[in-house]
Order: sequence, then structure tokens, then C-alpha cells
Amino acid sequence: MNVSYRWLSEYIDLNGIEPQRLAELLTRGGIEIDAVQSRNQGVSKTVVGYVKHKEKHPDADKLNVCTVDAGLGEDLQIVCGAPNVAAGQKVPVALVGAKLPGDLSIKKTKLRGVESQGMICSARELGINDKLLPKELQEGILVLPADTPVGTDILEVLGLDDAVLELDLTPNRSDCLSLLGVAYEASALTGRPLTLPEPEKELYATADKTTDHVGVAVEARDLCSHYAARYIKGVKIGPSPLWLQNRLIAAGIRPISNVVDITNFVMLEYGQPLHAFDAAKVAGGRIGVRLAREGETLVTLDGQTRKLEPHMLLITDAEKPIALAGVMGGLNSEVSDDTVDIVLESARFDGGSVRKTSRQLGLRSEASARFEKEVDPSRVRGALDRAAALMARYAGGVVTEGVAEEIVSAPEPAVVEVALDRVNGLLGTSLSTLEVKTIFSRLQFPAAEVADGAWRVTVPTRRGDMRRDVDLIEEIARLHGYDEIPTTRIEGPTTTGALTKSQAIRRELRRLLAEAGLYEAVSYSVTSPANAALFPELSGGESVRPIPLAMPMSEERSVLRTSLLPNLAEAAVYNQARRTHDVALFEIAGVFHSEEAALTTLPHEKPRLAFLLTGNRRAAAWNRTAEPVDFFDAKGVLEAMFARLGLADSVTYEAAQPEGFHPGRTAALKLQSAQGGETIGYVGQLHPDLQREYGLGDTYVAELDLAPLYARADAQIAYRTLPRFPATERDLAVVVDAGTAGGDLVKAIRSAAGELLESARVFDVYTGERLGAGKKSVALALVYRHAERTLTDEEVAEAQQRAIQKLEQSFGAELRK
Amino acid sequence: MKDRLEALRSEALAQLQEVADPGRLNDLRVHYLGKKGQLTEVLRGMGGLSAEERPVIGQVANEVRAAIEIVIQSKQAEFERADTARRLAAETIDVSLPGKAPAPGGIHPLTKVTQEIEDIFLGMGYTVAEGPEVETDYFNFEALNLPKNHPARDMQDSFYLTEEILLRTHTSPVQIRTMQGAGGKTPLKVICPGKVYRRDDDDATHSFMFHQIEGLVVGPNIRMSDLKGTLLQFVQQMYGPQVQIRLRPSFFPFTEPSAEVDVTCTQCGGHGCRMCKHTGWIEILGCGMVHPKVLEHGGYDPREVSGFAFGMGVERIALLKYDIDDIRHFYNNDLRFLSQFARM
Repeated sequence: MNVSYRWLSEYIDLNGIEPQRLAELLTRGGIEIDAVQSRNQGVSKTVVGYVKHKEKHPDADKLNVCTVDAGLGEDLQIVCGAPNVAAGQKVPVALVGAKLPGDLSIKKTKLRGVESQGMICSARELGINDKLLPKELQEGILVLPADTPVGTDILEVLGLDDAVLELDLTPNRSDCLSLLGVAYEASALTGRPLTLPEPEKELYATADKTTDHVGVAVEARDLCSHYAARYIKGVKIGPSPLWLQNRLIAAGIRPISNVVDITNFVMLEYGQPLHAFDAAKVAGGRIGVRLAREGETLVTLDGQTRKLEPHMLLITDAEKPIALAGVMGGLNSEVSDDTVDIVLESARFDGGSVRKTSRQLGLRSEASARFEKEVDPSRVRGALDRAAALMARYAGGVVTEGVAEEIVSAPEPAVVEVALDRVNGLLGTSLSTLEVKTIFSRLQFPAAEVADGAWRVTVPTRRGDMRRDVDLIEEIARLHGYDEIPTTRIEGPTTTGALTKSQAIRRELRRLLAEAGLYEAVSYSVTSPANAALFPELSGGESVRPIPLAMPMSEERSVLRTSLLPNLAEAAVYNQARRTHDVALFEIAGVFHSEEAALTTLPHEKPRLAFLLTGNRRAAAWNRTAEPVDFFDAKGVLEAMFARLGLADSVTYEAAQPEGFHPGRTAALKLQSAQGGETIGYVGQLHPDLQREYGLGDTYVAELDLAPLYARADAQIAYRTLPRFPATERDLAVVVDAGTAGGDLVKAIRSAAGELLESARVFDVYTGERLGAGKKSVALALVYRHAERTLTDEEVAEAQQRAIQKLEQSFGAELRK
Repeated sequence: MKDRLEALRSEALAQLQEVADPGRLNDLRVHYLGKKGQLTEVLRGMGGLSAEERPVIGQVANEVRAAIEIVIQSKQAEFERADTARRLAAETIDVSLPGKAPAPGGIHPLTKVTQEIEDIFLGMGYTVAEGPEVETDYFNFEALNLPKNHPARDMQDSFYLTEEILLRTHTSPVQIRTMQGAGGKTPLKVICPGKVYRRDDDDATHSFMFHQIEGLVVGPNIRMSDLKGTLLQFVQQMYGPQVQIRLRPSFFPFTEPSAEVDVTCTQCGGHGCRMCKHTGWIEILGCGMVHPKVLEHGGYDPREVSGFAFGMGVERIALLKYDIDDIRHFYNNDLRFLSQFARM
């Protein structure tokens, strides 16, 4: 909503309150002003001139030499290139010494040898948005009405000595979609009185009755609470007066003709949209309000054929739809230059219905924007009468007597009770009875004091947003000033702030991964269906399909992500494209799975952790060569994580071949419990095909569910006394089949060697020709210890022998000597 | 004999003074103190001495031996020190060359800011509540006093999955879930961080996915002045004790009264600059007193309790804090960007 400062000052005295100050007051009061624009874009010394003669320029085909009376006593000779300039016109003349927008200075000059003492201006040259002007005025000079007085300052004539306040309204303040609403607000904030437009006393110059010409029948009674129509006879369609056009232009609305301009003017003034029908095109003179029927269509004013749906509200005549109620008129009943009689509509349509229709058709209009937010029921008649009177005055019409109307229901003003205790209790203020009473009176809310410090407030219908006491309390607070509310501390019992276990774990993991040399990524939760299908084992398995958005903005963001890995892979590509080749990223976020083909319940939102390593673990430096990342970097990160969560011994790694991963370099992560192993994720190399598609080198990734870790993480530290007796260390090297898992050897040794074995770890793996094809040598370091005494050589030898035998039996291992 | 011993001492000491290398030192030691050395040689003549002379000469001989030994030892130590110094000099390295740091990593700036805000509120006795990002229309809108077809729904264009299920447009549904979960208990003090989604074209200042932190307090006598006090405490911890707040009336369907909150511009300290568009203030959050209908949906009686709520965009706070020019940097995961936030 754009509000002209000058127009507003017709309803409230703004003397001493400059536009900027007014904007500040309104903004601090809750009506946010986005900008204050001066309508004068830099025009000076420009006046109305009368073109007395026009002659062709002797030396230029496209130029004319005009003799112009600009009220200076002496005529001016002005050379003008506009094709539409003609003798007898009133035009804007920039005098010698004038300034025009764009830092243009007008000087006495010669054009092809002919002296020119000024410039005849177009609207654009005067800084007026000429999109708001009729086409003929966009192309040449601005032709002013014939009765414009010569010599008058153009700023005054075009209303340019004005400022426009651009309102950014919150949805509750649709009352300010009208000049009157803004005036009420300004009055409440400044305490200055209002001057409202006087209702017309003598509207009718005829005894002719409206109801003889037009009848109204509201069928859709839920969606139209009030429909009123007037009949205006014998209008002469033409341009509206300049002052009225100026008002519309200031508000950003294009002047069209007197009748249409008046409906728009009154809409801006009252906030009540009006519509004018050509009475000759309203069959039977019968206006109906009903829902559309299946298969009906209507060509709207913009020339588009609209397919109507049965929930859409229509205005009809005796035969056909003639308008989409509250949204846009029909082309078939449009006011044209030939229109003689007018049916003028002022009505109140259901906001939700208008909203639904306008959204569905993609048709937002000034009218629909107001109806959507519910118009003030008390202004339906006032606006109608105001417009009828203006049409009588400016379109030469005769208003017939009475109104054809149907009032289905007349909303009563809301009555809201509010008590001072509650006001001060909720705000933390110590307002007095008098202060609150003063605020109500500034708002012009009649308030009856029903008890000491308790009021029954009758809220005018223009403020439909006042429904409960808290609404009034906000009015009190904002008029009192939010700055005046004190600053206090919450009273009552203290509370303890703490993270939950899962929140604390998440923070710990982030810290650990950052310290392990990975950067945290944040990527979008929506992705492409192709991405969502890359890692089925991580995406909920066969039965789960990605969940689509109903109306995606693009294919790339059309389904909820099922895995974090595609995003990380894309981030790696993004970085490598920018010459960052070593990428180590992790992300902690949710993925979305559902078993339902069509969602009826919320999907599973699984907290996940994923990371990606590619390029070098460490870049080459003066003292070391580059080391490319490998599987064991990724696994090492996981081991560190599980160790931090107290789960080092609970997670095992089993070779696995999930889709999207390298079949020989991938492990399933199994969280072991008494019930067995649960797969919580995978770690491995991206499948080489996928790497090639992404254009990535060897890339190692992991993704796992966090919920099982949250459940199982063990923060309890159980201290064990330090050993008092020495350990005995024994190394062991065996030759086994190349396919034998080192982890299985360790497991076997652990079970065979018994309690004396403290630890066993692989410290070397070797393959070579000497061992023969398909064989490898694994060297292990075993540590034996007894908590209570020093072990004897015999005890150790015996345990070691058991371990060896077990390896020989289970794996066909051959001891290397 | 005594004279011979004294002469031996002088000769030995004089020669030892001149010694310049450990080999010569050893030679001299053998020459004077060795089994066949000069001292032994002299002492061989002890047999011809009288019983009175013998102890006297013996003592002199011991003194001479000790004197020579002391000098030899000190010479030896001197040679060792020089040797060590030579060795260490050879081990000199260029300390200006880069070290072997562990690979750097770091958390995302949005996480950093979120944790910072969480920590401030944890210190004020709040807990952290979370809720699903895919929500029902009921929790996201209806329970927050945004019935279907309400014009205020236009403020937040949504991504629906079905008629009733959508990507949450704000973290406010967590308010309802938390209240319902609390079963009427007071006081309730939570903050709710998380991702939210709005149908918005991405540009330098808009992103269809972003992060919010919501706060909610419900209790028997919660006042708007408490809200102001809480927010002031928060911004002063976040931005410094000189920072002030300013509330402007606004509208949110789930609070009444509602306000937008401006803080003193952190860039210019309120004098006016490019960042605050020369107003001295920067809008950072929205807030208000919990609407009675919302309390009812949460299972509270608005006649018994009141509450306040506030919400802020994490990206906005981070953009301002680090003076970042484009919101899209947060989601590109460019390591040149991310690595700038890896410090305390």
C-alpha cells in the first residue's frame, strides 16, 4: 500500500509532521514504512503552457517550432520534437533555468538554427512512472486538460509536491489498506483529530428508483454477507479530473476512465473494493451471487478465459457469470467508452473464498488483496454512496434513488473485556486507569468502565483484528510505547540448563571430527530422485522410496534426501573444481525414510553422520611426501569415534558389498549386543564407476545411524588399577590364505590364548613371491600378563602354543620361523 | 726424592697445560700415572728410604698424583664439552620452516553460532528441545493460531508433501510439541534450534532452507518485561555489554503482543553505517507473548499461565557476526570458506 502524504493530510492535520517523521512514528507504532519517496524527482521551474501556434521547423522534418504562452507576459519560442504536440494544447513547459530529473538543466539553445526558450516535457521527463499513464501519453509530450491554468507550477498541477509512504503491512493490519485506516492510526499515534469525508446529503437528482433497474439476490449466503448496488444513469465516460488521476498514480494505480478511477479512488480511501458494470450488459438487470457450476468459464477483464471450479464465487446476471466475485470483473460486462448506465457494486465477500480463488487462478488484484483479509462491514454502504456521488459529479451521472441490496448478516462490533491488572500483569508495566482510558480514546474504541480498572470495549468493525483482551493489551502497549515497558528478570523457581545425552554426544562427535581434520558441511535436505537412489542400503532398503515434494521448485530439489553421501560427494566435486583437491568433510543431519507409497504419517527422520575423504591425508611438504587417503583413514576416524563413545569393543567391521561402494573395500558397521549384530552403517570406498561419474579420485566415505549410538554410548568411566606385574611380549608370524581376515586371526587368538592374554594386534602384513601365490604373512604382537603375579615362561609358552594351534586348525596357518 | 717428585709435578702440569687433543692427554696420563709411568718410576726408589722419610714422601707422592689427576679430569671434561658443542652445532635446523601440524578441521559457522546461542541460554537455565523437520499442518500452522486459508499463511510459503504434511516453515511447532510433552508443568524454558524450509528463490539474502532458534518460556507470571530482560541479557552476552535492544510492534499469529527486536548495530555501535542502513539498529529477531490459543493447544490454561517466545534466524546472526556477503556460502561447503571458522 502506497500512501500519499498530501492525500492523508486531508483527513488529519499533519502540520509540523514531515513525511519522514510520520514514517518514523508509524513504524515505531507497528505500521512499518519501507520507504518514503518524494514524488518530485527533481523538477523545478516548470509550468503549464499554452501552445498558441505550431509550425514546421524550416530545416528539420521531425521538429516543430511552437509559440507558447507560459504566463510570463511574453510568448516563448520552443522547438519540440514530439509528434503529438499541437496548437491549442496545455502542456508542461520547463523554462530556461529549469531542472529536470536526471540532472538535466534547461538552457536557451539553438536547434538547427532556431532558438528554443525552454522545453515541452513528457511525463517521463518529469520523473513520472509512465507505465501508469495511458499509452498515448507515454509516447509524446504530456497533454494536460484544457482547463489547466496557464503559468501554474507543474508540481502543483501533477501533485508532485508530495511524498509517498510505502507501507509494509503485517496481515493483521489490513485496516491500513485504506487512507482512512492509516488516518485513524496516525490520529491514535499523534492524538490529533480526524476529519472524515462527509457523506453526501443530496445524492439523488431523480425520483427514479434503483430497484426498478436492478435486483440483487444472494444465493451463496455463507460467502457473501452483504451485497449492495446502485444505479447511475447517463454517465459520460471520459478521463477523470487530474487531481484524481494524480492520487491514483501516487498510489501506483493506472488511471483508466472517470468511472473506473472513481471505484479505485474510493477503494483506496475506504478500503472497500467496488466494481462498475455496464448496466446494458447486465441481462435482466438481475445481479446474483452464487457458486460456479461444473464446467463454467468466464473471460476476465484481462482477456483470459478462466476455467471455474464449483468452490468459486461468481456474480451473475439473469443469464451468465459476469464477474469473479472480489477477484476480477468479466469482460462481458466491462465499462467501455459507450457505456451509459452503470450498476455499481459494493459488497463483502468471504476472505477465505476470495483467497482460494485468487491463488488458484494466480490472479491477485487490489480488490482480492483487500477481500482476503475481510473488509470492514460498516463501510460497504459508505463507500458505495461516496463513489456514486463522485460519479454524479465527475462522470455526469444521475444516481437513482435507493439501493438494491441484500444483507445476509451484519457483523456486530466485537465487545472485549479487559482489566488493568491483566494489562499490567502481562506487560510488566504499572499503567494507571487514566492512561489506559486515554489510549482507548485515541484509538476511538468506545470503552465502558464496568468496574474500577475494568472495561468493556466495543471495537469498531474496522479493527477486525481485535478479538481478545491480549489484542487490546497489544494496542495499549504499542500506544504507550514498547520502549516504556521495563526490563525485568523472570521471577519464580530457578531451572537447570543442560544438554540431553544425544545433544551432548552430537557436540562431542562434531568436536572429535573437527579435531581429526574434517570440516563440517551443511547441505540441503532435498535432492534429486537420482541422488536418492544412489545408496539403497543407506536409504531404507528396497521397500523405501524417496518422499517427493508436492510442488518442487526444481528436479534437483524434488525429494527428501535418503542419505547424506550424495551431498558430500557433490561438495567434494565443488571443492575440486575450485582447486581444493584434498577434501575431508562430515555432516550430521537427518535423512528421511518412509515405507508408505503415499505419506499419511510423518516419515522416519533418522539422525545420521557421514563423512568423506578424498585426495591426500596430508599434502606434500618440504619434509614429507603426499600421502593419499585410504580405507584405513576412514576406518580410523570411526574407531576414534567409537572409542570416544565407549563403544570401541562393541562395533565390528564386516566386509560387505552395498550398492554404490567398492565391493572389495567396504565394511558394514555392526553394533554388537546380546541380541547379535545390528548394521548401523557402512564405511568404504565409493564405487569406481561412481567415482568416475563424479570425476573424483579414490574417495572413502562412511555413513551411519546415530540413534543406536545415542542409546548405547557409555560415558561411565570404570577405572582399572594400573598393572603391578610385568607383561611378557611374544611376537607371532603366520602364513595364511590371502583372503583370511586379520581381524579373524586376532579373534581366534583371543579365544584360544585365554585370560592371560592382555592384547593381540597385527603389526605387519606381507605378501610376496617367496610366500607363493594367494598367501600372505601376518605378524602379530601378543602381550601376556597376570594381575597378581609375574608369569612364568612355561605359562606363556603354553598359552602361545594354544594360540598357534588354533590358527593352524582354523585357518591352515603355517608358523613362520 | 721429594725434589724429584716436585719437579715431576711441575713438568707434568706444564705439559698438561699445552694439551690440545684427547689423544695427547691420554698419552700424558700413561706417561706420568701409568703402571710404567714416571710417578711409579720415582716411587720405585722408596725402598731406599728410612722409615721416617717413607710416610712423608708417600704423602707428597699422593699429592702429586692427585694434582695431576685433577688437571687431567678437567682437561677431559673440557674436551667433552667442546665435542658436544661441535656435535650440537652440526645438528642445527632451520626453525623457520613450517611445522607438522595435525590436519586442521572445524565445525560449520552455523553450528558455531548455534552452539554459542545454546550455551548462553543453557547458562540461563534453558534446555534444548528438538522436533521433526517434516511436520503436520496441525503443529506447523493450526496449533499456532494459523488456521487454513488464514492470510498470515502467506508470510510463509511452504513445501507441502501432502495436504497435511509439510517441511516445517519455522521451529515454532517445537513449542507446541514441548508444551504438550510437558503436561502442564511450569516453569518451562526451552530453546529449539533447527532447519526450516520456505518456498523462496535463493539469492544473496534468501535461502529456501535455513536455520532458526526459537525460545519459549511458560510460567505463572511471565511478563513482557521479562521478555525484554531476557533478550537484553542474551544480546549483551552475544555482542557485548554496550549493546541495547529496541522493540517494535509487529505481528505473528502465535504471539500477542508481538514485536520485532532491533539491536544496536555491532558494526558502527549505533552511529549509522552501511550494514544498518544508517539507522544504528539491526533487526535480529521476532518475539512476543504466547497467544492464549497457542497456550491452549499446548495444554495450558491461559488464565493460569503466560509465556513469551522469540525466534531468530541463525544465518542472519552469522552473516552479521562475520560480515558475510552471501547466504549461499553456508551451503556450498567450500573449504576455503569453512576453514575460516576453525578457531575458538
